[in-house]
Amino acid sequence: MTGKKILIVDDEPNIVLSLDYLVRRKGFVPLIARNGTEALSAANEHIPDLIILDIMMPDIDGYDVCQTIKTNPIFSHTKIIFLSAKSRPEDISKGLKMGADKYVTKPFSTKQLMVEIVDLLK
Amino acid sequence: MSGLLILVIVVYLAVLFLVAYKIDASTRLRLRVANSPTIYALSLAVYCTAWTFFGSVGGASAYNIQFLTIYIGPIVLMPFLWFIYRKFIRISKAQGISSLSDFIANRYDKSIGLNRLVALLLMLGIIPYIALQITGIDKAIETIVTNNGTEQNAWLRYVDTSLLVTLGLGYFIIIFTTKRFQEKEQNMGLVGAIALESIVKLLVFLFFGIYIVFYASDKPDLFSDFDASKLKLNPNNDYGQWFGMIFLSALAFLFLPRQFEMGVVAAANERKVKRAIWMFPVYLLLINVFVIPIAIIGNNMFAGHKMNPDMYMLSIPMHLNSGWMALLVLLGGFSAASGMIIVATHALSKMVSNAILMPSFINNRFVLNRFKDRNHRIPVFFRRLSIFTVLLLAYLYHKLVVADFTLISIGLVSFVAVAQFAPAILGGIFWKLGNKYGAIIGISLGFFVWLVFLIGPTILNVNVHGMFRDDLNAVRPEGDLITTVLFWSLLLNFLGYTVGSILTRQTALEQNQATLYVDIMNYSADVDSGVVWKGKAFFPDIKSLLSRFLGERRVTAELNHFAQKQGIDLAAQDELDSRLIGYSEKMLSPIVGASSAKILISSVVKEEKLSMEDVVNILEESQKIIAVNKELQQRTDELKRVSEALKLANARMKENDLLKDEFLYTVTHEMRTPLTSIKALSELLSDEEDAMPDEVKREFLNTILKESNRMTRLISQVLDLENFESGKHQLIIDKVNVSELIQHCLQSLDGVFKQNNIQVCVSVEDELPELYADSDRITQVVLNLLANAAKYCDKERGKVWVDVTRNGSVLQVKIADNGPGVIPELREIIFEKFFQAKNQTMRKPKGSGLGLAISKKIIQLHEGKIGVDTNKPEGAVFTFSIPFTQNRD
Repeated sequence: MTGKKILIVDDEPNIVLSLDYLVRRKGFVPLIARNGTEALSAANEHIPDLIILDIMMPDIDGYDVCQTIKTNPIFSHTKIIFLSAKSRPEDISKGLKMGADKYVTKPFSTKQLMVEIVDLLK
Repeated sequence: MSGLLILVIVVYLAVLFLVAYKIDASTRLRLRVANSPTIYALSLAVYCTAWTFFGSVGGASAYNIQFLTIYIGPIVLMPFLWFIYRKFIRISKAQGISSLSDFIANRYDKSIGLNRLVALLLMLGIIPYIALQITGIDKAIETIVTNNGTEQNAWLRYVDTSLLVTLGLGYFIIIFTTKRFQEKEQNMGLVGAIALESIVKLLVFLFFGIYIVFYASDKPDLFSDFDASKLKLNPNNDYGQWFGMIFLSALAFLFLPRQFEMGVVAAANERKVKRAIWMFPVYLLLINVFVIPIAIIGNNMFAGHKMNPDMYMLSIPMHLNSGWMALLVLLGGFSAASGMIIVATHALSKMVSNAILMPSFINNRFVLNRFKDRNHRIPVFFRRLSIFTVLLLAYLYHKLVVADFTLISIGLVSFVAVAQFAPAILGGIFWKLGNKYGAIIGISLGFFVWLVFLIGPTILNVNVHGMFRDDLNAVRPEGDLITTVLFWSLLLNFLGYTVGSILTRQTALEQNQATLYVDIMNYSADVDSGVVWKGKAFFPDIKSLLSRFLGERRVTAELNHFAQKQGIDLAAQDELDSRLIGYSEKMLSPIVGASSAKILISSVVKEEKLSMEDVVNILEESQKIIAVNKELQQRTDELKRVSEALKLANARMKENDLLKDEFLYTVTHEMRTPLTSIKALSELLSDEEDAMPDEVKREFLNTILKESNRMTRLISQVLDLENFESGKHQLIIDKVNVSELIQHCLQSLDGVFKQNNIQVCVSVEDELPELYADSDRITQVVLNLLANAAKYCDKERGKVWVDVTRNGSVLQVKIADNGPGVIPELREIIFEKFFQAKNQTMRKPKGSGLGLAISKKIIQLHEGKIGVDTNKPEGAVFTFSIPFTQNRD
């Protein structure tokens, strides 16, 4: 399991800071993107095994990123976890409809998030 | 041809039967007819008879278009019709009135004598008019038959077609006015049939007009005789006569029994009158459009021949050998004549039966008791007998007298007759003092004049005209004689009515009725207690009386319904409530007539003499009820208004709630971001404390601190904004030195500028006036704008400009940077809280959560403006301006 690539997409540097540390500590390889455009180019370049995806971003929003990736066959093995402060039921159901595998709301528990990541990458 | 002619009439009558029958048979159709204002307006067009259809052309052929006064009269009347008809209709409904004579008699002491007088005089006045219609049909048929010279049709000359037609119409009237007659509803089958007749006569006239004008359009000789200057509205230059004719026809429209029948008795509600006010004049206009062209063409076509111009409508198509057109015109003429015959006979027969026959029968105890078991059939029998009598008399008049006269003249004689009821009726609904003696004297005087000068000559063939003018050739009562007689008869009538009323006293009952008639608008639209009684009666007596005439089932049902509505307990009472007695009389009235109803009810009620005091009490009471009702209505209206307002407030509150929800969601969402970092980082710190390198620990702790500060700022900003919006934050206005304020702000941000290597250019205009403002708040705005500029300016070579100027009485502060600027779509919404619309997924630029929203609020409170420059392609330019001195206080 170790060595799998996880793309972290968030425009809040301090959240990225914690995610980067968390992922690295568990032996995964973190990749960082600070907005939707960066996320898509990084995904295309590295074909990550999992993407932790924020929704509210300055350019392309997380929903669109998710849909683009999930409809592209080269990402057939890539899992997506939404990590968003949007916590209303309609936000969550929309996220899952876009093809995400999990939806975790902010603020999140690092332990819980790691359980989900490990679970998805099994 | 002649066979076809009979067939057409028979088929047409059959269609009328069918229409009336269909309407009568279906409740839905009856209601539709009853509620249709268009059908109402069309039924009023029963005003246009054979006299209109054939006679107008006859009148116009002499280049005298005085015939138009007959239509101008009602048109001039229309604006006032609403006020008059509304009263007529309400009074008739409240009192169960079914005829013109009942309407008059009920007002004046419910006098049987007056009722009889009116009925008799109307017979005298209207039967010649009905005869005139029979003559119209007869002449029309004759025109077709004689012009169509083939021998095989000769047989028709030996058949009295007018008798056949009269009998046919009589049958129709009997079927449709006496069959359903015990029932409460107005006779809608009849109304529908009359409306249909109005449509037929109008369409035929228009069609023939278009046809003949089209035919003549390329034959100039048909207009050779025409000279527009010959057309005279007023050939004798006699304006009195003109006015007289208009006045006369307006009165006729109101008081002709057939108009009263269609316009008042058969009107289910008064609202329909409003549509008739414009629709009826349009009808009159349309039916007169082609009169003059047809008259001119007829004059030219038959120049040199002796041809009755009244029959141009038929002789023209016959002359053109257009048999089918002649038949069509005959049909139109027949519909005009038959409509009048049907309604006038119906109305007259009601009066003859209810005012003349019925009271005699009821007053005769011996006969009444002898036919006790068949009482309910008596009204029907009398009605049929009356119909037969009226038609027979009309037929005889047609045969013996009318044949020599033009169509117009006899109509006008009838008009003058009905005009005699104007003082009594109009006085009756507008003048409380008018009384029975006045009415009887006035009507008698008027009719005497009418009889001597207008009817006498037609019977005796005496030249009355010569008594006024030296024109020995004129035997026909023409326009000037008509208006002269109208003037004198009405004058005497009016004087008799007013003087008679003033000199004699009213009875208590009459006073009561006078108040009910004159003040009907003060009572509700449907006064159930329109008839006032005082006395003792017993329920079984009155019920058995009513049942004799109305049938037991209907009586039981209606009395129960009324008792329930009025809160009267039928079972508990031996002695009857006076309202119930009144209602019983009202129920009986349309069947046997108002006078007979009163006699019948008196026979079972031990009446006590009604004193003035009683009348006043009763009226006061019923007015009180109205007042209470009005108050209730007002309350209801108020309640409605309040509940509307509540609904609106609720909607607004819901909207506010929604906005508040949205705001709350956004605030919590904004807080989640720093909280997320704080939570994740501290969790990692606590879990991995041992394994974590020190510099990472320090970085995490620093970040946690920063994020906590961010959150504190956010919370205080939210509170700030909330306080501004709810008005908790008041401005503390004081003298402010603008230059110092700017310097102070720049100093406090000095560290930030230096740290990021930002160049600041400041320009403050000299000698600025002192600013009156809240110093702390303005500082907050400037700091916010400066901090934004520092944040967004060019990362490498940042530049910020501050420009303070005076623009008249306004201070202008401009703060610009050399960053990427604000994209045009966002220039408006960056001043909104968190400036994200619902469900927006776009992330705002960092940090600008509430700062600009608060700044905008502060500037607004200072009566100023804040905006971002939209002209500059690069770099953001924020400008706010506030007046140096504010208007407050």
